Amino acid sequence: MILVAIVAIPLLFGILGLAFGVRRPAVSRWLALIANIFNLALVALLWIVYYGLPAASQTKPAAAPWLALVKWPWIPSLGISFSLGLDGLSLIMLALTAFLGIMSVLASWTGIRDRVGFFYFNLSLVLAGVNGVFLALDLFLFAFFWELMLVPMYFLIDLWGHENRHKAAVKFFLFTQIGGLLMLVAIIGLAVVHGMASGSLSFDYRDLLGTSLSPVMGMLLMLGFFAAFAVKLPMFPFHTWLPDAHTEAPTAGSVILAGLLLKTGGYGFIRFVIPLFPTASRVFAPIAIALAVAGILYGGFMAFGQVDMKRLVAYTSVSHLGFVLLGIYVFNSIALSGAVLQMVSHGISTGALFILVGFLQDRIHTRDLNRMGGLWRQAPRMGAAAMVLAMALVGLPGLVNFVSEFLVLLGTYRVSVVVAVLAGLGLVIAMVYALRMVQLAFHGSPREKWVFHDLSGLETGVLYVMITLLVVLGLFPQPILRVVDQVVAGVLGTVGGGA
Amino acid sequence: MSLQDVLVLFPMLAVGFVSILVLLAAAFARRHGLAAGLTLAGFVVALASLGLSWIWTPRDVGGLLTFDRFVIFGMGLVLAASIFVTASSWAYLRGHDEARGEYYFLLLLASLGAMVLAAASAFATFFLGLELLSVSLYTLIAWKRERGAGAEAGIKYLVLAGATSAFLLFGMALLYAASGSMEISKIALGSAGGASTSDGIFAVVGMGMIIVALGFKLAVVPFHMWTPDIYDGAPAPVTGYIATVSKGAVAVLLVRLFVPIGSDSFVAPGGTGAAFPWIFTIIAGLSMFVGNFLALRENNVKRILAYSSIAHLGYLLVAFVAGGTLAVRAVSFYLVAYFAMTLAAFAVVAALSTQEKEADMIEDYTGLASRSPWLAGVFTASILSLSGLPLTAGFVGKFIILSAGAGAQLWTLIILLAVNGTISIFYYLRIVSAMYRRREGTFEAGGVRQPFLAGLALAVLTLVVVALGVYPSPMLSLIGLFTGP
Repeated sequence: MILVAIVAIPLLFGILGLAFGVRRPAVSRWLALIANIFNLALVALLWIVYYGLPAASQTKPAAAPWLALVKWPWIPSLGISFSLGLDGLSLIMLALTAFLGIMSVLASWTGIRDRVGFFYFNLSLVLAGVNGVFLALDLFLFAFFWELMLVPMYFLIDLWGHENRHKAAVKFFLFTQIGGLLMLVAIIGLAVVHGMASGSLSFDYRDLLGTSLSPVMGMLLMLGFFAAFAVKLPMFPFHTWLPDAHTEAPTAGSVILAGLLLKTGGYGFIRFVIPLFPTASRVFAPIAIALAVAGILYGGFMAFGQVDMKRLVAYTSVSHLGFVLLGIYVFNSIALSGAVLQMVSHGISTGALFILVGFLQDRIHTRDLNRMGGLWRQAPRMGAAAMVLAMALVGLPGLVNFVSEFLVLLGTYRVSVVVAVLAGLGLVIAMVYALRMVQLAFHGSPREKWVFHDLSGLETGVLYVMITLLVVLGLFPQPILRVVDQVVAGVLGTVGGGA
Repeated sequence: MSLQDVLVLFPMLAVGFVSILVLLAAAFARRHGLAAGLTLAGFVVALASLGLSWIWTPRDVGGLLTFDRFVIFGMGLVLAASIFVTASSWAYLRGHDEARGEYYFLLLLASLGAMVLAAASAFATFFLGLELLSVSLYTLIAWKRERGAGAEAGIKYLVLAGATSAFLLFGMALLYAASGSMEISKIALGSAGGASTSDGIFAVVGMGMIIVALGFKLAVVPFHMWTPDIYDGAPAPVTGYIATVSKGAVAVLLVRLFVPIGSDSFVAPGGTGAAFPWIFTIIAGLSMFVGNFLALRENNVKRILAYSSIAHLGYLLVAFVAGGTLAVRAVSFYLVAYFAMTLAAFAVVAALSTQEKEADMIEDYTGLASRSPWLAGVFTASILSLSGLPLTAGFVGKFIILSAGAGAQLWTLIILLAVNGTISIFYYLRIVSAMYRRREGTFEAGGVRQPFLAGLALAVLTLVVVALGVYPSPMLSLIGLFTGP
């Protein structure tokens, strides 16, 4: 039941917020906030129940792969059920969703004044869809939630975005939609193949695991899933929607896009592509690895060349999610743990960066780095936050980004030294673009005369909570890694990967 | 004709009787409410009395009409859609001065034609139903004569439908020459296939001509040319009617011709060989692409919906080509979904149109969400459903069609469908996006007042669209009942 609640609460509060938002915008803000806090509490409760307090020493969780399951009949004639399942990976992702949900509500607390109720309605709907994606065990349900995220996200970009929002919103929608529909075709194909072999149609993940497929069929179906997740992740060269969408989205939209929607791609690879198509994944791995490395380097170079601060951050996402893809496809437990951790660390650090850029844009109404300069004197708190977050981009030790990227590189090194070296170059480029960003914006002599206030109490709180979390997880990643380890073992078991 | 025959025929008789009544009433008391009320009552009674027909299914009446469960399903669709069109017409025509009684008379007559078409078991009734439908539509399309586009659309439909009828008759003649039978069921089951080669050629050409005629009614590529002009020129409720009832009845007949209930696959009628699945495959693929591409740069909402309906019929044909029981169910479900979302969309267009101006340009919808949020909500639901997004009937419908296609290994077609689903998003989003934008310049205070009945119809349609998307199981069971052996 808790699983259903996690999906239903944002939905319910979003609808309430829409109803109340007409008269009193403040109510819908609070409702959205309460929904997310409630969800975070639920997730924390689940975490403590299944894994014990983070501080406690090894409490072994149950051996079953699924910590909690819900299964209700939905469309029985087609073998579809409303089936949710929770494992460690879902739990981590749900925690991230609830946390970033709170942050994005708070980050848009004062920035959104137009149609507030509808804004928070869309925000809540995206979060409900994301939670659903992280929990769905029925492939039809998964596709359902996958598509459900799209429309509200489209509205967030199209209605509250910046200058070129209409074009960016449509581009985002079209890219994800083609991936999503190819996945839908592949889901149906998989179910039909399984149905012909077993005699009964089923879309249940657990039934479909281990379906025997001919190499060609396996590869084709795998590519269908791959298309959806590669676009969402985004994998080079399917990333072109991302810089536009991130740049034009309102702050909360960017946070959710970068922090959560991209993670659904990574989650999809780990949950679906590899366990369902182990053979095809093995065959395809070299290509995926090559594209991952290309993404890391390309994203870095592009980030270096940007003058739009938000676009710069967007391109760093391409680079950092290359590490996720790399970590997944080298098939060993160290790299895969790193990949999962990278999703968390990227979610928090990039989310924080987008919030920071959003605060800055609210004040000076530009994102052009060439028009900034010397802002530190005006806003020391903002500058300090930017500096720490830039260090997170670089992957400086002490922050969780370091742990995750290090794990991915370590795992990759065992498989291929060349790939590890090339991916490691990405960190060097990161140093260049991160420092360039901070230098252009906050140091040097002011190029224009800006007069604005430093971060308010609420804004400082939001950013510093996120930074603190980066540091705490950077120093003590074990609570997450402990949860990750079991998932990783399960996934690699299907594909036969090494330790 | 026995009493049972009369009872089975009761729905048709009711509609026919009420149509005369409405015409008579219009001669004495020209009151809009009276005509609309009578019409509505007629449709409701006919819909209810389908239960009567159900009791004696399957039954053949005079060798001309057949009543099996699937036919009843088709007639139910036609009648339900007619009820919604009546409700929407009532709201629409209140603001117009043209003669109204005759409008409803024609509407009833067209529905009668559609019902006959769905139930036709002989060439005579097939032709009769089609003509009854077409002739009524000529006038309905040109209802707003003072609008140049209306008259033009009416004439256009007249000429093209006339040519189509010629094709149909010629095709029927050839099939008769080949098989010696005028009964659809015999031709459909292939039992009357000609033995000699010349008979085979006759049958193929004849069947081809009938496909041309049906293709015209369904507005599938390459017989789609008329669609945008007629959708644009006709009054909005009539457009909704053409998009649903006229196409739905033909689709039901098409299924009865090519995928008889109980058979496991696509049947080539009259021993005409394996050419027809290929023809329909090509038609389906072309319809999807042409429909969606033509809609991309269009700014007229009614024309966009016209092109989108071309594409949707293409989707429908994918399931149709797949053949078999699952395919019939997929076609049936998609028809229900398509009816609900299309009727809802045109009902909104009708609600926003006035005597002077049809609400047909995208600009007319700018800022609709702030002017009348409920109408915008209905329109959003129907457009999102047309684009096949979750929580709506369109998503489940598309899913079931894809399943039917995958079950028959039609990989090419279903990938084409997926690609087209994406292309279509582009133009649907333009409409949705416009509704939620701020309207610049003149601000029209207040929303559109809807009469209760039309509002109720909109609410029900929206509810159906959402309910089918959230919990389609009851509808699937219902369809299973109607398409069962």
